[in-house]
Amino acid sequence: MSALTKADIAEMLYEELGLNKRESKEIVECFFEEIRLSLAENEQVKISGFGNFDLRDKSVRPGRNPKTGEDIPIEARRVVTFKPGQKLKVRVENYAGSE
Amino acid sequence: MTKSELIDKISQFQDQLPPKDVELAVKMILEEMTQALVNNQRIEIRGFGSFCLHYRNPRVGRNPKTGETVELPGKYVPYFKPGKELRERVNAGIGK
Repeated sequence: MSALTKADIAEMLYEELGLNKRESKEIVECFFEEIRLSLAENEQVKISGFGNFDLRDKSVRPGRNPKTGEDIPIEARRVVTFKPGQKLKVRVENYAGSE
Repeated sequence: MTKSELIDKISQFQDQLPPKDVELAVKMILEEMTQALVNNQRIEIRGFGSFCLHYRNPRVGRNPKTGETVELPGKYVPYFKPGKELRERVNAGIGK
């Protein structure tokens, strides 16, 4: 089974909601772009029923170049984490399909 | 930002569409994504990230109230891996 993409989601909006193709595509683009904009401004995104996109600031830690063994510090950085909501967790946890 | 704020923002860019339609579209997008994960189908959004399921092995847990041990079956949990563009844009804000 191939992955679900933006094109698939836009196609679903076109077929099931009766939006035209351009509107469907724009809404899908806008949906992900607004989440990115909020996160880039260090603002958490809470989508009830689906989950939260949280931000975490990581401090500097010692790292190493695995090829050369050289010590290189890993810089402080900000990362996104996704915490699935209760509803989503319950719906996926019993997945029992064959791998 | 909450789901309703997200709907408002999208509506501002789609002023030819009634906000009710945008609200419905957002709900359908989330349902489509949920349904994909329910079927263990990966979601790949270029520049944003990918979602998939990770398996958690069965384990023996404990009821924190009674101290009784409980067998917890294996289960699937949703996992999100941020894409390159999202990682870079979020990290660019760190000094600000």
